[in-house]
Amino acid sequence: MVDAIRFRDDEAHDEPAVTLDSFLGQSNATAVRIEAGEDARVLLPHLDRLALVEVSFPKFRDGRGYSSGRILREAGYTGELRAQGDVLVDQIPLMRRCGFDSFAPEAPVDAAVLEASLARYSVHYQAAADSHIPVWKRRNG
Amino acid sequence: MKILTGNDLVTGDVTWWTGEGWSRHIEDAKDVGDQGDILAQVEEAARRVNTPYVIDAEATPEGPRPAHIKDRIRALGPTVRPDLTLKPADPNAGSWVI
Amino acid sequence: MYKYDEYDHSIVAARIDEFRDQVRRRLEGHMTEDQFKPLRLMNGLYLQLHAYMLRVAVPYGTMDSRQMRMLGRIARKYDRGYGHFTTRQNIQFNWIKLADTPEILEELATVEMHAIQTSGNCIRNISSDQFAGAAADEVTDPRPWAELLRQWSTFHPEFTYLPRKFKIAVIASDTDRAAMRLHDIGIQIVKNDAGELGGRIYVGGGMGRTPMIAPLIKDFVPFADFISYLEACLRVYNRYGRRDNIYKARIKILIHELGADKYREEVEAEFQAVKQLGIDPPQAEFDRIAAHFAPPAFETGLSDAIDRSDPNFAAWVDQNVSAHKAAGYAVVTVSLKPTGGIPGDASADQIDIMADLAERFSFNELRVTHAQNIVLPHVAKHDLFRVYQMLAHAGLAEANLDLISDIIACPGLDYCSLANARSIPVAQKIAQRFADLDRQRELGELKLKISGCINACGHHHAGHIGILGVDRKGTENFQLLFGGSGAEDVSLGKITGPGFSEDGIVDAIEKATNVYLAQRDRGERFVDTYRRIGMEPFKEAIYG
Repeated sequence: MVDAIRFRDDEAHDEPAVTLDSFLGQSNATAVRIEAGEDARVLLPHLDRLALVEVSFPKFRDGRGYSSGRILREAGYTGELRAQGDVLVDQIPLMRRCGFDSFAPEAPVDAAVLEASLARYSVHYQAAADSHIPVWKRRNG
Repeated sequence: MKILTGNDLVTGDVTWWTGEGWSRHIEDAKDVGDQGDILAQVEEAARRVNTPYVIDAEATPEGPRPAHIKDRIRALGPTVRPDLTLKPADPNAGSWVI
Repeated sequence: MYKYDEYDHSIVAARIDEFRDQVRRRLEGHMTEDQFKPLRLMNGLYLQLHAYMLRVAVPYGTMDSRQMRMLGRIARKYDRGYGHFTTRQNIQFNWIKLADTPEILEELATVEMHAIQTSGNCIRNISSDQFAGAAADEVTDPRPWAELLRQWSTFHPEFTYLPRKFKIAVIASDTDRAAMRLHDIGIQIVKNDAGELGGRIYVGGGMGRTPMIAPLIKDFVPFADFISYLEACLRVYNRYGRRDNIYKARIKILIHELGADKYREEVEAEFQAVKQLGIDPPQAEFDRIAAHFAPPAFETGLSDAIDRSDPNFAAWVDQNVSAHKAAGYAVVTVSLKPTGGIPGDASADQIDIMADLAERFSFNELRVTHAQNIVLPHVAKHDLFRVYQMLAHAGLAEANLDLISDIIACPGLDYCSLANARSIPVAQKIAQRFADLDRQRELGELKLKISGCINACGHHHAGHIGILGVDRKGTENFQLLFGGSGAEDVSLGKITGPGFSEDGIVDAIEKATNVYLAQRDRGERFVDTYRRIGMEPFKEAIYG
């Protein structure tokens, strides 16, 4: 495991993320890990007490976590949202748009490539879970 | 016999392992015995070939003939465009495939 | 036609930069082929049998002359002098070098073209009616809706790693020229009672291993909800579509397993949440896009008369010329199916000639059809004879649209690494057997479609006659299907029985057409007779 890449100003949360089942079964956990097939919506009633949600990407081809990320952000979650697993450098810009602000890839990510990737697209066609103004809004004031 | 084939990483051309390197011509392919998988790993890691794999072939006087039609088409080129195959001057080249 | 603004240009330019970097990292060994493959596929680059293959997007099949000429240029400069028009209204080049691809993309970008999402497990090129904007029977031009979807789906951050590929078609007439209900999402733009335009949404169709006709999911989605609703459709699929088995990963399987009603409920629940997000573009954006598709400046007062004194020309007019919405104009379909040729292939010279004809006679516009032909959508009737002569000179005036030799065929085992059998030689033999045009006309509309493997790129399930190539112990074998249709009478073909050799299947088809000729009622097409009398008489003739 390599160090997490974070795009947050706050301190990294040091409580280990518990499984979704144990999170739902105990009242005091503040960090949870959801697996690719688990329903992010069950976390929505508990967003206030969550400081970290770690979403698992078991294979880079498995894109379920992109929806999980957006669902949490769209419901107002503001804590750390971490993508963990088979996370590749070319995917991180898309994950950023889906609301992820922390990354724990299994294999190291080339920092220069990542920086270039994140800077590459200055505009995006569609609205997502980030602060980019979609092209249609730019065009129409 | 067993022969090793793949595509060139840069050009995509079909290539065959000759015992020393890679050739576009199946006539140059050599039996790899039980070394095919190891060779494939080494050559792919060195990026001298893309997606190599070992196939069965029959040794004939004209050279190796792959057991499967797909690799015979790879060896020759598209049967519907003889002009674009490796044997554009041979009107019967397509019959080798079937 | 849609024209890029600074934003569109900037996105395509960033994509080229990104792909150039990905190619560099692959060539320098920073990425494995396994990691590179989904990235190159999302940019339309395959590794096929003989070389890399690049599939260039032709959004909803619409192009101008300048773009068409660029395709000719790519064919000459980077390929081997030809291209292959596909059943998704795109074009693919068969002999591309990996190292050349960034430069090819740069050339394409100069004419507002790209290869974005022409493959991969993402939303693919949006397809549409090749007669859009010209058809006499459309309620509106579907292309502004398709362009809206093109932009929405381009680099959609949530839907780039879907369980499987995702294909969307948009039409706007009751006549379906785009196999709409055989798409993951098929959309028919309709007018409601209030005169408002919106989408009728069908979800879960597709061909491939398990062909299905899409059920109706929502009768009317107004523009104001259009993107939100589709976002909900996709999100339900992304979350619940199967990822354990690639053969069961398409949305049709999800809907089949859930049932259309349950899927619709899930989508509605998701839509209620998504609709709050403000992700739907305003009407002003639709109007901006639609303005690009304003009808060209048709001349008024033109005559509808056509001089039919040349019999070959008259035959071509009868077969390849369709009704246009403007008086004095017609829609011309250029057949890329010469007898004995390769369906959908066009040489660089032919590509240039079609570009020239579009410039001179069709307000600069061309279309690619899912049946692998080219359309000149707006030709004045008084120009038809000249257009015909110039096409004939280039070997492009085959008068066989929708006849038995107008065959859809995938590239098959001559090119494709997934194929099990060669499709093109079968197409050539059938076209040669029925080379006599009078005989073809006697058989009437007969849509024959050939796939070289179960993935069904050649739409065999949707052919009045379908052929599926399989590998039987290392030998090519061909299964025969009857009764499919990709049109508004959509249906899936049924397999006749045991398969045939390459020559055997040509004989079987000839026998089947003889059954049709003997049994047809007045006005019946092959598929109508089949539907009325069933499989048995055909089986007896073929296997008896």
